[in-house]
Amino acid sequence: MLNQLTISELRTRLTKRAASSRELVQACLDQIKRVDPKVHAFLSVDEQDALAQAEIADRAIAAGLPQPLLGIPIAVKDVLAVKGHSLQCGSKILDKFVSPYDATVIARLRKAGAIVFGRLNMDEFAMGSSTENSAFGHTRNPWDLERVPGGSSGGSSAAVAADECIASLGSDTGGSIRQPAALCGVVGVKPTYGRVSRYGLVAFASSLDQIGPFAKDVRDAAILTRVIAGHDSLDSTSIPEPVPDYAIQLTGDIKGLRLGLPKEYFIGGMDKEVAAAVQTAVKHLESLGAVTQEISLPHTDYAVATYYIIATAEASANLARFDGIRYGMRVEGADPNELYMKTRGAGFGAEVKRRIILGTYVLSSGYYDAYYLRAQKVRTLIRADFLKAFEQVDAIVTPTSPTPAFKAGEKSDDPLQMYLSDIFTISCNLAGISGISVPCGFTSSPKLPIGLQLLGKPFGEGTLFRIAHAYEQSTNWHKERPEWTTKPS
Amino acid sequence: MPTPRSDFDVKYVANLARIQLTREEERKFSEQLKHVLGYIEKLRELDVSNVEPTAHAIPLVNVVRKDDVRPSMPHEDALRNAPSKANGLFLVPKIVE
Repeated sequence: MLNQLTISELRTRLTKRAASSRELVQACLDQIKRVDPKVHAFLSVDEQDALAQAEIADRAIAAGLPQPLLGIPIAVKDVLAVKGHSLQCGSKILDKFVSPYDATVIARLRKAGAIVFGRLNMDEFAMGSSTENSAFGHTRNPWDLERVPGGSSGGSSAAVAADECIASLGSDTGGSIRQPAALCGVVGVKPTYGRVSRYGLVAFASSLDQIGPFAKDVRDAAILTRVIAGHDSLDSTSIPEPVPDYAIQLTGDIKGLRLGLPKEYFIGGMDKEVAAAVQTAVKHLESLGAVTQEISLPHTDYAVATYYIIATAEASANLARFDGIRYGMRVEGADPNELYMKTRGAGFGAEVKRRIILGTYVLSSGYYDAYYLRAQKVRTLIRADFLKAFEQVDAIVTPTSPTPAFKAGEKSDDPLQMYLSDIFTISCNLAGISGISVPCGFTSSPKLPIGLQLLGKPFGEGTLFRIAHAYEQSTNWHKERPEWTTKPS
Repeated sequence: MPTPRSDFDVKYVANLARIQLTREEERKFSEQLKHVLGYIEKLRELDVSNVEPTAHAIPLVNVVRKDDVRPSMPHEDALRNAPSKANGLFLVPKIVE
């Protein structure tokens, strides 16, 4: 089935005319019809629009155009603006919102020939680790429908794992790409802060947010990252740094590369099977010629607290724009203040309200120095830990998540427990460095994916792809699929 | 578990954030956020007296571009998502008596 293949495999078939983009898009749409009533990765799919794009792509293929994603269907998290399409961020407050322009990453996908389709479910405003916070229903983990797919980009990871699309885009503020990629058994990339333009990404925490890809293998992730990365004058935080051709760095050779194992990440509380799988993966990387050494990231234990001050503070400012005046839902009031209070009270879900309130508190008069300023200073220490470590090693190896996918409802009433599930992914955003999660095994019963996280220097994506690719190509974890999703209907 | 913060007034902060809460939300969020704040207290263990704050991980300063004239979003596109509009303007409740 075409929908099970990778970008590289499909590009060969499309170029040879062994398959058409229309057939490929139809295969994805058929798979969505078959599995999505159970998985609920998609909030909506505009079939006619996707098929129309495919016909244009097929004409371009016939004309011999060489774009890297020509004819490939890529689905998009509901946090990115796609002109003329709905954008709700999983929230009622953006009721009936239609994007007036394309995000820069969407424009770049289109320029590369991709079929941009579908709105993928997410935790409301990307706040969550389980995709249970969507106002439009939970997404399920294709490996076990009683479990969460991770979050906040749970729709993006579940759709790739269930072969409903070839690849997808998500956003990562504290692990929202890497953690769901790990829990669903796919590859997920958090590029360096500033590597990918945030223009057209609805802001959650502007100093932490990055857009990145979900893919079925590392090569596809590298191809997609190259397409979406690069300077953009529409985002003043995007960095004018050239984008290398990551795919040519996938040599399979990692001999002599130095990998750091942070001792603070390999301590108690971790699921035993996750710990064992990661240790086996480390041995495997050593057998491929990588040199490992223990390192220390001494401020690791403060990362979650730092993150939940900085991220909520920035969110409270960013989400002030949802006031019922210019777009989205409005609940009328006798005066503007009453209108704001009622609109925001009715429009936001519980987790978004909690975080805005927390963020407002840590920025409020009398508490700013004690919370926000202190957290920004601890952020300096966390970043310094990483920069110091990268003087000794080329990349850092950790588990992506301390546990495999947990059951829906298990943590939804305990925000602090939910926050602690991001313990291994959060520091990467605070430090502004690059990260990737690749499949590295499964738990035995039930069979649930486990993810290996690699963290790299700022703009060190190429090294991460090289290591992850060498690992992946000598294992077969990334080829596994939830059995029920692969059976023909 | 860390000690919850007892002096946190959720109603006051929700009003600052312009969010109307139900009684049930006030009760629940107050309890949950007191726990989160108790956890966050752990940052006090660190001495940060000689540390500069980080606002952005990759510092860029004074980002400028050429001040070229470019088309901006058409008026009707900017108004298209408005919940209430008239004569090319957003409609809001009366502000001044």
